[in-house]
Amino acid sequence: MAAAPISLTVRRRAALAFLLVPPMAWLIIAYLGSLAVLLVSAFWTTDTFTDAVVHTLTTDNIVRVLSDPTFRAVALRTIGVALVVTACCIALAVPLALYMAKVASPRMRLALVVAVTTPLWASYLVKAYSWRIMLSGEGPLAWATGYTPGYGLTATVITLTYLWLPYMIIPVFAAFERVPDSLIDASSDLGASDASTLRMVVAPLVFPGIAAGSIFTFSLSLGDYIAVTIVGGPSQLIGNVIYEKLSTNQPLAGALSLIPLTAVILYLLAMRRTGALENV
Amino acid sequence: MLSSGARRAVTVWTVLVLVFLYAPMLLVVVNAFNKSRTFSFPPSGFTLRWWADTWNSTGMWTSLGNSVVVGLCATAIALVLGTMAAFAVQRYDFFGRNTVSFLVVLPITLPGIVTGIALNATFTSVLGVTLGLATVIVGHATFCIVIVFNNTQARLRRLGTHLDDASADLGATPWQTFRYVTFPMMRGALVASAILAFALSFDEIVVTTFTAGPTVQTLPIWIFGNLSRPNQAPVINVVAAVLTVFAIIPVWLAQRFGGDPATTRV
Repeated sequence: MAAAPISLTVRRRAALAFLLVPPMAWLIIAYLGSLAVLLVSAFWTTDTFTDAVVHTLTTDNIVRVLSDPTFRAVALRTIGVALVVTACCIALAVPLALYMAKVASPRMRLALVVAVTTPLWASYLVKAYSWRIMLSGEGPLAWATGYTPGYGLTATVITLTYLWLPYMIIPVFAAFERVPDSLIDASSDLGASDASTLRMVVAPLVFPGIAAGSIFTFSLSLGDYIAVTIVGGPSQLIGNVIYEKLSTNQPLAGALSLIPLTAVILYLLAMRRTGALENV
Repeated sequence: MLSSGARRAVTVWTVLVLVFLYAPMLLVVVNAFNKSRTFSFPPSGFTLRWWADTWNSTGMWTSLGNSVVVGLCATAIALVLGTMAAFAVQRYDFFGRNTVSFLVVLPITLPGIVTGIALNATFTSVLGVTLGLATVIVGHATFCIVIVFNNTQARLRRLGTHLDDASADLGATPWQTFRYVTFPMMRGALVASAILAFALSFDEIVVTTFTAGPTVQTLPIWIFGNLSRPNQAPVINVVAAVLTVFAIIPVWLAQRFGGDPATTRV
């Protein structure tokens, strides 16, 4: 590019600016701007009589979020649910992805990719609703087995696992596909059992895929409050509390939403430390 | 080579996970034809009565209309902005390129409730805008950009720049190259992006809840509001069944136009 005439590089720069400015302006103003407002609004307060937002700075909301035992219990419950859902998704996805990438024929593999992708595009609400029917006292599960966990945290974990499972399967499958067959063959030729091959050869190579998938399952579970409303019975997650507070005390809702935000950022940083995100 | 025992184990597991994925959806479709008003399994009989009731539901049609308007507007915005960002990242080398990719992906990486409440705080207590269809469109466009960006970027990377260079060498202006060379090769990816972005917007509920205000209902919000009304259950069942069957459409169309529904959403 160094040898190009000046006018050309100037024109190229102008073209780049033309391409870059509108999308960046939108994302910075509408999105980062809003996130900044969210951070600041957590330090605002409300008028005691009218519930209107008052723009005076105070740390009351943050202190309240950190010290209130109810909020702490809900926050811990939410993070617990997100971790359990992530673990369930990993347990379900890894053998399936192994089958897709290393056992299935190419034709079968393509069919399975479509089969695990299609549920992603089915309505979120309908999927959550289907588990409400599935787990109801007169539902198919109770009819077939005589047992149902009923509506509560277990039902919430099942439903969230169901909702986010494809987000785990796809990156894990992609990771398995990148593992060369020759490595697996070499390992078994050298006398390693399946378990040792999977643990010592395949697992380190697949880990980045699992980490990438877990970011989605963890983040999506943390922010979800609809599924728990549908199948959770009386149990509440942080999203419900935020939603509830929004109409009466918007700054407090803003302060509460910093909990899932912080949790996701910490999770992302932790994943980055493991080096898992570098080759995704 | 894995041992046959291990192969059999993962095969069985795959079948079980597929049952887990599809049984609830099958149940939703069956349930739409269930004769009894309250849910019970197995269904007590076959009826098409609820389909007629659904057809005559005004709330359903109004909210469906809103969803279509929001989906089309958000898709149009996302299509323009996402394509521009993809061209910039794929065709130019500049400082901060990774930051651009990161910024585009951020709205779907952070929990929806954070995005929703951030937009809500901005609209209501800073800008003083009344929540309505316009604010929903802004919210949806923000997280749809990434879909267009991912799809278009993948296509641009595969295309490379040889044909663009050839066109320029033959004396075409940048606009002519774009109009007659790049754009025709991109068309499939753009159509696929548009379909997938529309599908994502059509289904979104969390950001919508926080940006729609009390008066505007999109289809997911209407469904959610009616889930707690037992006498509306049969109508909801029918809408649920239709949406489940329609889920195949974006996947099928997007694949036909050369998009990748699998990697787009992940």
